[in-house]
Amino acid sequence: MTYIFLQHYWWFVVSLLGAILVFLMFVQGANSLVNSLGRTDGGRRLVINSTGRKWEFTFTTLVTFGGAFFASFPLFYSTSFGGAYWLWMAILLTFVLQAVSYEFQNKLGNILGPSTFRFFLVLNGIVGPLLLGCAVATFFEGSNFIVEKDNLIDARALTPVISRWANASHGLDALLNPHVLVMGLAVMFLARTLGVLYVMNNVEDVEVRSRGRGRLIGAAVPFLLLFVYYLVHLLLKDGYAVGADGEVVTEPYKYLNNFLTMWPLAAGLLAGVVCVLYGIGRTILAKDWRYGIWPAGAGTVLTVLALLLCAGWGQTAYYPSTADLQSSLTIANSCSSEFTLRTMFYVSLLLPFVLAYIAYCWYKIDARKLDREEIESGHAY
Amino acid sequence: MLSTLAETVDWSRAQFALTAIYHWLFVPLTLGLALIMGIMETYYYRTKNPFWRRTAIFWQRLFGVNFAMGVATGIILEFEFGTNWSNYSWFVGDIFGAPLAIEGIVAFFMESTFVAVMYFGWDKVSHGFHLTSTWLTGLGATISAWWILVANAWMQCPVGCEFNPDTMRNEMVSFADVALSPIAVSKFCHTVTSAWIIGGVFCVAVCCWYLMKKREEEMALKSMRIGACVGLVAAVLTAATGHKSAQDVAAAQPMKLAAMEALYDGGRGQGLKLVEGIEVPYALSFMATNDINGYVPGVNDIINGYTTPDGREEPSAEEKMIRGKLAIVALSNYRKLCGFERTMDEPQIQANIASSKEKQLAILHENFKYFGYGYIKDKSELVPCVPVNFWAFRVMVGVGCLLIVFLAAVLAASYGFPRKLWEKRSLTSLPKWHYWTAFVLLPLAYIASESGWLVAEFGRQPWTIQDMLPVGASVSNLHSSSVMMTFFIFLVLFTVMLAVEVNIMVKQIKKGPGERI
Repeated sequence: MTYIFLQHYWWFVVSLLGAILVFLMFVQGANSLVNSLGRTDGGRRLVINSTGRKWEFTFTTLVTFGGAFFASFPLFYSTSFGGAYWLWMAILLTFVLQAVSYEFQNKLGNILGPSTFRFFLVLNGIVGPLLLGCAVATFFEGSNFIVEKDNLIDARALTPVISRWANASHGLDALLNPHVLVMGLAVMFLARTLGVLYVMNNVEDVEVRSRGRGRLIGAAVPFLLLFVYYLVHLLLKDGYAVGADGEVVTEPYKYLNNFLTMWPLAAGLLAGVVCVLYGIGRTILAKDWRYGIWPAGAGTVLTVLALLLCAGWGQTAYYPSTADLQSSLTIANSCSSEFTLRTMFYVSLLLPFVLAYIAYCWYKIDARKLDREEIESGHAY
Repeated sequence: MLSTLAETVDWSRAQFALTAIYHWLFVPLTLGLALIMGIMETYYYRTKNPFWRRTAIFWQRLFGVNFAMGVATGIILEFEFGTNWSNYSWFVGDIFGAPLAIEGIVAFFMESTFVAVMYFGWDKVSHGFHLTSTWLTGLGATISAWWILVANAWMQCPVGCEFNPDTMRNEMVSFADVALSPIAVSKFCHTVTSAWIIGGVFCVAVCCWYLMKKREEEMALKSMRIGACVGLVAAVLTAATGHKSAQDVAAAQPMKLAAMEALYDGGRGQGLKLVEGIEVPYALSFMATNDINGYVPGVNDIINGYTTPDGREEPSAEEKMIRGKLAIVALSNYRKLCGFERTMDEPQIQANIASSKEKQLAILHENFKYFGYGYIKDKSELVPCVPVNFWAFRVMVGVGCLLIVFLAAVLAASYGFPRKLWEKRSLTSLPKWHYWTAFVLLPLAYIASESGWLVAEFGRQPWTIQDMLPVGASVSNLHSSSVMMTFFIFLVLFTVMLAVEVNIMVKQIKKGPGERI
């Protein structure tokens, strides 16, 4: 295994975790629609308890995504988290609120009342995917930061900090970029689409399921419009290429070129989009079909994986700097040492085993679909 | 600008301390209750007695309320390394990131997957699978503790790494040295066993409430025995591993030990202060070196330099600061030479530059041990807050000793020992103050547990990584007002959530296990 292989491998692992995270945000998507999907108290509890059996997977994937990024690309961790402070803090705060909301919501002694925690779930359901989508968009649109490693040893430097944000907004400036917002909104509506598909599959309740189809159209149409817009924009825009000497330059149609030169990624993207469309379309058209979450989920993973790989592979700067192009991060200049990447490579071989036991436990818990009787008789949120 | 940097450092430290202190309110109970409810469910699995199922479910319900808060406060901690300590994240991310990633892959997924089976799987999976899930939930939490303590131990005593002047960071050269460092092992053993004490004392306190109210007496008596047993074994192990931890501190962080003891002028045969003015002769030397005549340096010795009995000379703080600055200047010169080298084609000039680079590297390597001291402006910065360390250490040890006596007494009582004492008495009809003892000791146990972390973290100031990087050079480039704002957001948020959690916990206990089996 060469150093270059390990850099590409770890970008793949991080991208895969990111892709799985986007799929698992069906939890957020369904929660954002809890009132319109559930409508009554009983219906809302069904939706909350349905996502409540899976929220830990989303949460853990987010944490592991962060940990894997830290281990494999520490300069990104340092630059993005330390620079885009408010963007990441806003994301984290909504996930903190989500983590307690399930357990506290309907418990005796909840002094804030059930509606407060339900509001927190809705807030996380909207803001979480929206801002995470915006954060992903910065991989293509760039961010306003400067990296200067010599600051650490420069006595004349005002602070010894190696990376800094070039404006005072600390990440909130990303929200002023309309393309970033489009991607954020696309991810939010995708999460809603997946959320509806998941609840329709997971909940055994005629009322909730019958409302699902209408909500699905309401979420899927804006998602598709926003996604197609962003995809076209991405394929036509200038990208950030890395030259043989490590210099970063803007290159017309860089991402389109990446898809053409790395055709398996283009095939993955296409297959992913088809799967998502199939999952949505068949659920809308076939009245009794409730398995849309699986093709749509697999399609989501494929699509996001292809997009993220396109951002980092093929001599591309995955975290371009709009303040100083040469500060842009690439998988070569921001990664861990060869020893660490190799060590972590062996650890990452555990991932299939982890995915296997997650799938088994998921299957066992979902063997019987969730209904009102289970909520009344068993452990429920 | 400099004052702003200092304020940013202070607020960043305050925020990290706040989130860590809140997180550590919930983690010990998670680790402790995981063991206790695992034992209870094992009883159920072996006896098939519905009593044990009902009991296990009751404790799992309390576990769940607490677990949620642990998860909520934990996510912030991991990301704060990046958001608030971005320099640190680059400078040692090559080493420090690995344990965090492994924690996620190995521990968090195990915990989050099997906790769902534990809550929702009672009637969906076999008894054996459910029991395995309960134990795996606890195992996941414990493995998570292992990796985060590996990371913390590495900050206290960096091993298995080398500085790379070309990438401007430390890089891992031995994973085994990092993952199995002796300091990590003793830190893990000390921390996890102390967490089990919290679980044990919590269990006993809850049981005492039921006994006082004369409710659920069978569950309370049997649970109390398990809680006291777990707590007592853990307390004895915590004391034993604490001794090893003290020796680690003496070897790797003598200033921390001196601050813990408020020892300004050290020497051989040092006594351990119980409080100022009262001391146990030779005890400090024994605690630090396993030898009653062992040498323990004081704060002034470390600042002024000293010679150990085996003849090793420890430089003064001023000399370390000079050598640290030499290392920084050498690194700076090396980097400039590298830049210059790239612009030169002349072979002779290139050879001269290569030779100069070698010289600068030699200076860097010779003085790198004191690299972090190069950022220190005044030697007084090297002394941590002595009163906090001194008193936190005494609270931790004092309450720990009290808990050993208490848990031993509860365990003995639960077995009716000594028989004469319990012939005419019953645990179900004691005067109320007996039960109140447990209620009072529970918050004290939490204070002792937090005090342990205060000693560990205050004692290593000003270092984020011992001798390598001080807090001032670790922080992100943020305005102090931003960090101050998030500090208060977390303060309000976590305090409100804690109030809700405690209220829910109290109501769940008052409600009892209910009829559901």
